[in-house]
Amino acid sequence: MKKLILYVAFCTIAMSCETSYVDIPADDEVLDGTIEGLSNEELARFLSGDGAFTEVFTRNTGLGSTFVATSCISCHAGDGKGHPFTTLIRFGQADENGNTFLHLGGPQLQNRAMPGYTPEQIPFGATFSKFTPPANTGLGFLQYLTDADILAMADPNDLDGDGISGVPNWITIPSYINPESAVTQNGKYIGRFGKKAAAFSLLHQTVNAYNQDMGITSTFNPIDVYTNEEIDPEVTNVKVNDLVFYLKTLKAPIQRNQNDEEVIRGKNLFNQVNCVGCHKSNLTTGYSPISGLSFKSFSPYTDMLLHDMGSGLDDGYTEGIAKTSEWRTPPLWGLGLSTNSQGGQYFLMHDGRAHSIEEAIAMHGGESNNSKNAYNNLSQADKNAVLKFLKSL
Amino acid sequence: MRISISYIIIFFCAFANTVNAQIDPTLLKRVTKDTTKTLNMDAIYNRPTLNINKTPIAIGGYLETNWQHLTTDGISEGHQFQARRLSIFMSSSISKRVKFLSELEFEDGGKEISIEFASVDVEFHPLANFRAGIIVNPIGSFNQNHDGPKWEFTDRPISATQMLPGTFSNVGAGLYGKKYHKNWMFGYEAYFSGNFDNSIIENTQNKTYLPAAKDNPERFEEINSGEPLFTGKMAVRNSKIGEIGLSYMGGIYNKFQDDGIIIDKKRRVNIFAIDFNTTLPKIKTFITAEWAWIKVDVPETYTQQFGNKQYGGFVDIVQPIVKGTILDWENATINVACRLEYVDWNVGKFKETGENMGEDLWSIVPALSFRPNSQTVIRLNYRLQKQRDILLNPPSVTDGFNLGISTYF
Repeated sequence: MKKLILYVAFCTIAMSCETSYVDIPADDEVLDGTIEGLSNEELARFLSGDGAFTEVFTRNTGLGSTFVATSCISCHAGDGKGHPFTTLIRFGQADENGNTFLHLGGPQLQNRAMPGYTPEQIPFGATFSKFTPPANTGLGFLQYLTDADILAMADPNDLDGDGISGVPNWITIPSYINPESAVTQNGKYIGRFGKKAAAFSLLHQTVNAYNQDMGITSTFNPIDVYTNEEIDPEVTNVKVNDLVFYLKTLKAPIQRNQNDEEVIRGKNLFNQVNCVGCHKSNLTTGYSPISGLSFKSFSPYTDMLLHDMGSGLDDGYTEGIAKTSEWRTPPLWGLGLSTNSQGGQYFLMHDGRAHSIEEAIAMHGGESNNSKNAYNNLSQADKNAVLKFLKSL
Repeated sequence: MRISISYIIIFFCAFANTVNAQIDPTLLKRVTKDTTKTLNMDAIYNRPTLNINKTPIAIGGYLETNWQHLTTDGISEGHQFQARRLSIFMSSSISKRVKFLSELEFEDGGKEISIEFASVDVEFHPLANFRAGIIVNPIGSFNQNHDGPKWEFTDRPISATQMLPGTFSNVGAGLYGKKYHKNWMFGYEAYFSGNFDNSIIENTQNKTYLPAAKDNPERFEEINSGEPLFTGKMAVRNSKIGEIGLSYMGGIYNKFQDDGIIIDKKRRVNIFAIDFNTTLPKIKTFITAEWAWIKVDVPETYTQQFGNKQYGGFVDIVQPIVKGTILDWENATINVACRLEYVDWNVGKFKETGENMGEDLWSIVPALSFRPNSQTVIRLNYRLQKQRDILLNPPSVTDGFNLGISTYF
């Protein structure tokens, strides 16, 4: 009997062993996760891409010899924004006529090197800008926003007189990209991704990141950044494509506290001071072969267009046909979760120079002056409501 | 599903009985060891073994297997049965003062097979013994005293396995010795051996990771840097107070020349460790602790992802609560125990911000163990672990249980 009691007691303790006593983070508290409606095959491909995203490269698998980071996830922890530690530097293009320092290692500085190698230096005379890695989430929605919708938001001559005159960045695309039915202008296409909207698609962005960030060649871009010579691919096409699929199918950030009265008031004020003039909230995708991305409404708070942000944000460096003071409107979704991937702090604007949302607003200039001034004229309570809304994104 | 846990327990309990039942006393004679005069550094050479009839050969070994269910940030891989390791050791007295000892280890069900230890000892004097062969580098205490049945925890300490390279063995040679005086015991070891390699800062762990060198099988044939690793340890024990050990391991780890051509500067790795253990009188609480510091010369132009300083350690507290005859097992013991551990793989500040880098971990592991005899342990562990990335983002949280058995045979 005594044995039985002891045995039952031990079993009772052990039967609680399947329980996790740690709270699971809510879906809206994390950036990673898939869009809705993926099939089992698509989910398997997402997982494969996730594996590529977290793969750490070494000398044996092609890292460098000069590089910025050893893996995708090094720069985008939890699929979120980056940190000054992983901020990269681009140099060599001072106007829309192109990069004149490509022969000296442009456009990106590989500021780190394998042991025994020397990292790159910014060449004398080259202008440069620092780019803090953006969040990865919701990118599939931005990929499948139609060119027509982007162009419809453009207002190059400010015909509506609101002081905002967004334009697309027309870029030359590499030969491995099939533009399909994309709108073209003088042989150039609308750029969507990157601080200056200089990448046409997620494939373009991914191949660049492999090559310029990690020194990994592919059949898409077989040029080694260190030797500037063509070498064997160091990553397979399947892996690149799976990674692109992963980026396409990461869910869009989910707004928190949507029904909070202060958040709703903040959103109304955000619209009232015309932040929404650039940070557009209601967009819809066109057709996508991924049904979860096809004809879906989403709220990225961007118009995907370039805007003159004033001299304060003019680093003297640019890409495509953008002017040095022009920057693509960054999506604001996920803004409130930025600190979860930036070490508990904010590093906002293109180079992380703003350490709070208030600072970021204050740094807006150029086309955003009217909205900034309108925000500055709000009462402190109203400003707090706007900030609360932004943090809910 | 919870009913299945009961079956798991039945399996382990039944297995525990089976292990004892299969020893045939007519062929094998268990050799009892005097554990009152031993240091941590003796652990490898002072294991329970079985003598085969009247031969000078003794054999032994231990098995570790467990069930596990862990969850990280709410995501679980489900139930896992793991055969963590089967170690077989064999020793022989070639003559009175020349001995041989070896340990063959099968990890993860045979996925990894290694000769963990194989050495010849020649005694010239109690304070001057020569040892050569494949040796376990005596850094810290766990590296030498790592047999599963000795511990109340299924997992090995993280600092001793994922910061220090757990059971790091190399080909080498050196001296060791011991001296007794009343309640005092002093021991030392000093070896030159195979060394680390570039993988400690070039690996897929994305952090300076000394255990990466264990994956290089060529270390048993050639030293990457061409310069040997020195490992030395001194330990003092007072039978009434406890034991303290100080150890150092260091050398040039990188391939600085190839074919006579200098390709990099010489880069050192230095490791210091302190370990302590004691048993509190009267209440018989056993406490063992280890802390280590690592300094690695990482090129300035490489990435800070691979840190140049690390530290970490653990403390285990084991309290016997029932001792005596339990379920007809004589001299059985039930213990409650707890392990606290901490590791920082990247001590220092970011060049870009001047702020602290992360890449750290802490965990707490409460445990309940049942020892039907001194050589067998059935243990139930709960782990709560928090790990932060290099940017000090909110930690990933792991928790869950494992239930396992480990026994000498």
